[in-house]
Amino acid sequence: MIPELGHFAVILALGVALLQAAVPLLGWRRHDARLMSFAASAAQGQFLCVAAAYACLTYAFVSKDFSVAYVAENDHSQLPLIYRITAVWGAHEGSLLLWVLILSAWSLAVSVFNRRLPLEMSALVLSVLGMISTGFYLFILLTSNPFTRLVPAPAEGRDLNPILQDPGLAVHPPMLYMGYVGFSVAFSFAIAALIGGRLDAAWARWTRPWTTTAWMFLTMGITLGSWWAYKELGWGGWWFWDPVENASFMPWLAGTALIHSLAVTEKRGLLKSWTVLLAIIAFSLSLLGTFLVRSGVLVSVHAFASDPSRGMFILGFMVVVVGGALSLYAWRAPRLSSDGELRLFSREGLLLFNNVFLAAAAAAVLFGTLYPLVLDATGLGKVSVGPPYFNPVFLPLVTPLIFLVGLAAAVPWKRGDWKETVRRLRWPALAALVFGGALPFTLYGRSTPLASAGALLGLWAMFAAVQDVWRRVRAKPDLGSGLAAVPRAAWGMTLAHVGLGVWALGVSGVVSFGDEHDVRLARGTTTELGGYTFRFDGAGESQGPNYTAQEGTVTVTHGDRPVAVLHPQKRLYPSQGTVMTQSSIDIGLLRDLYVSLGDSFDDGSWSLRVYYKPLVRMIWLGGVLMFFGGMLAVSDRRYRLARAAERRAAEALEGAAA
Amino acid sequence: MRFAIPLVVLALLVGLFMIGLRRDPHLVPSPLIGKAAPAFDLPTLDGKRPRMTDADLRGAPVLVNFFASWCAGCQEEHAYLMQLAQNGQARLLGIDYKDAESDLRPWLTRRGNPYGVILTDLEGKAGIDWGVYGVPETFVLDAKGTVIYKQIGPMTPEIWQHDIQPLLRSAT
Repeated sequence: MIPELGHFAVILALGVALLQAAVPLLGWRRHDARLMSFAASAAQGQFLCVAAAYACLTYAFVSKDFSVAYVAENDHSQLPLIYRITAVWGAHEGSLLLWVLILSAWSLAVSVFNRRLPLEMSALVLSVLGMISTGFYLFILLTSNPFTRLVPAPAEGRDLNPILQDPGLAVHPPMLYMGYVGFSVAFSFAIAALIGGRLDAAWARWTRPWTTTAWMFLTMGITLGSWWAYKELGWGGWWFWDPVENASFMPWLAGTALIHSLAVTEKRGLLKSWTVLLAIIAFSLSLLGTFLVRSGVLVSVHAFASDPSRGMFILGFMVVVVGGALSLYAWRAPRLSSDGELRLFSREGLLLFNNVFLAAAAAAVLFGTLYPLVLDATGLGKVSVGPPYFNPVFLPLVTPLIFLVGLAAAVPWKRGDWKETVRRLRWPALAALVFGGALPFTLYGRSTPLASAGALLGLWAMFAAVQDVWRRVRAKPDLGSGLAAVPRAAWGMTLAHVGLGVWALGVSGVVSFGDEHDVRLARGTTTELGGYTFRFDGAGESQGPNYTAQEGTVTVTHGDRPVAVLHPQKRLYPSQGTVMTQSSIDIGLLRDLYVSLGDSFDDGSWSLRVYYKPLVRMIWLGGVLMFFGGMLAVSDRRYRLARAAERRAAEALEGAAA
Repeated sequence: MRFAIPLVVLALLVGLFMIGLRRDPHLVPSPLIGKAAPAFDLPTLDGKRPRMTDADLRGAPVLVNFFASWCAGCQEEHAYLMQLAQNGQARLLGIDYKDAESDLRPWLTRRGNPYGVILTDLEGKAGIDWGVYGVPETFVLDAKGTVIYKQIGPMTPEIWQHDIQPLLRSAT
C-alpha cells in the first residue's frame, strides 16, 4: 500500500510541476498577477508531494519491504539501520528520487526567499524550475520507477553494494546533488533574464547567493567524494580523473567562473552575456554529468547500472533544456549591452582572466572525458584517458590561476595601478617566497620543483588573502571596529582563497613526497617508509554486523616512539559474495600513514600496501575552507539589507495602491 | 552570430552521444580476431594423446573455452555448455586455466564434462598468448583455425544464437 502511495505522490508531483511550469508563464504573458503568484504555491505543493514519495520509499527500506523491486535489489535484513536509510539513494532509481526531492527543495527555497522579488522575475524563475522538474518526473515514471513491485517477493534482499556502506558515502551524494541541482536556480534566473529582458545589477545580486550556495555544496560533495575514495577504494589515491569525477568537476569549474563573473556583472555591469552563458553552461554540465553516469556511454569505476533507454531519455531531455536555453541565448543575448568598458588591469579585467583559465580548464576536462567516445564513435579504437593527459594539461592552467587569486584582491575595480599594487603586495610576495622556499626543506629536508612551486603559490594565495582583510582592518582606528567593519562576504572570499592555497600545499606535498610500498610481511617482520617503521603483528578473524573480516594488526613506530596501531581489514560480504578492503589510516595534519591488506599466503604471511601521504589532509581541508567561505559569503548582511529594502519598497507601493 | 556558437557545440556533442549510445564501451575487441589462433602445446587431461597443439584443432569449427574450477562465471555458464555439447551443436575444447588437477576432477564429476578434450594450462602461460584476462573466456575458431569471435564472461543462449551461430554459418 505504502509504495503505491509513493508512486501516486510522484504522479501528483508531475501534475503540480506541469502547472508550475505553465500557469506563471501564461500569467507573465497576460500580465496577470494572480496567475503569476500561483508559482509559489505550486512549488510548495510540489515539494509536499515529492517529500511524501521520498518518505514512502524510505519507509519501504526501513521496514525491509522486499516486495518492492528496488528495495529487494538494495536492502538486506542484516543491514544496519543507518545504511537502510542511505540505501534509498544507493542505486539509480532512488538517487533520482533524491534528485527531484532536492530540486523541489530548491524551488521551495526560491518561492520562500524570493517573495520580495518583482513578481515577473520570481514567476519566470519558478516556471523554468517547474519545466526542469517535469522532465525529471517523466524520467522517473517512464524509465526508473523505484516503486515497481516484484511478484513473488523474495525472502531476502540482495543488499546494498558494500562499497557504499560507509559514512562518507552516506553524505556524499546528497551534497553533490545539492550542488548539481542548485545550479538549476542560477540557470532559471538566466533564462528568466533572457525571457524578461531584465539583466542588471539587481539581477546579479539576486542570483549570486543562489549560485554561491549551490557552489559550496558542490565543493563539499566533491571533497567528500575524494575523501571517501581515498579511504574506501584502498589505492590511497584522492583523485582518479574518472569520467564520473570529471562529471562533477566540470560544473564546479563553470560554477566557480560564474561566481566571479556574477561579481563583475553586479559591480560593473559588464560581461552580461558571458555570465548568462556560464549560468546555462554550469547547469548543462550538471545534466551532462547525469547523462554520462546514467547512460553507460563511458566506462567508469562508478558501477551504476546503466541502460541505453535511460541514456536516450536524458539525451533527449538535455537537447530540449540545453538546446532551448542556448537557442534563447542566441536570440536574446545580442541585446544585452554592457554598461561600460573593461580595462585589463583592473579587478574586473583580472576576473576576466580568471574566467578564461577556469573555462579553459573545464573545456580541457570535457575534452579529456569525451575523447575516448570520439575515438570510439569514429572507429579509431578504444582508449581511456587518465592522469598522463589531465595532469600536464591542468598544471599550466592552475598555476596562473592561483597567482591571479592573490593579485586580483589587491587591485581595485575600474582601474588598477601597477605601482600601488606592487606596494600593497610586496610583503605577501616576499613572505611567500621566503616561507614557500623554506617549507619543503623544513618539513622534508629536500625539495622538488613542483613542491617549491606548490608551497610558494599556496602561501601566496593565503598571505595575499589575509593581507586583503588586514588592509580593511587597518583603515579603522582600532582592531575591534576594524574587524567588525569587514563584511562577511570579504571574510568568505578570504576563507575560500585561503582554502585554495591550503589545497595547493596539500596537492604539491603529497605528489612530491608521497611514497608507497608493496610488501609481503611475515608475522613480526617490519618495513620502513617515510621514516616510520611498520611491524606486522599477524591477522585474525573478526565479525561485523553483515560481514566477516580478516583483520591485520600493524604497529607503527617512529624511532623508539610508538605512533599508532592500525587494523586494516579484508571484508567478505556474504550476501553479495563481495570482498572489500578496508584500509586503516593514522590521520595527521602533516602526514597520513595508510595500510591496506592484500592477500594471505600459506605460510601465514600477508601482502600489505603501505602508504606515506604527507599533507594529504590539506587537500580536503582546503575544500572544507572553501565550503565555509561560501557559507560566510551567502550570509552577508548586504543580501539581507537588500531584501529588507525591497520589502519596504514593495510595502510602500502596496500602501500607495491601497 | 557568435551567440549561436554554443548551440553549434551542443549539436556536435549530441551527435557524438547518439553514436556513443549505440556502442558498448565494455567491449574490448580482441586483436586476435581474424588471425590464426596462437600456437600452443599443452598436456591433456585423460586424453588419448598426452599433448595437443594448435594444429590439432583444424578441420572443423571449435569453441575454445578458458575456464577454472575456482571461477564463479564458469559455474554459471556450465549448464549451458553441457546443453550445447549434448545437442551436438558445438565442439568444445576446454583449457583449464591457473587451476589444480585435484580441484578440477571433483568439479567435473559433480557438474559433468561438456568438453571433448580438456587441456591444462596450470600456470596460465597459454592464457597470456591468447590475451585472457579473466575466466571464463571463449574463442570461436573456424575450420582453418582462425579466431572469428571472442566472448568475455559466461556464454549465454542470447550470445550463442545472435552472435556466434550466424558467424559459424557464414564461415562454413
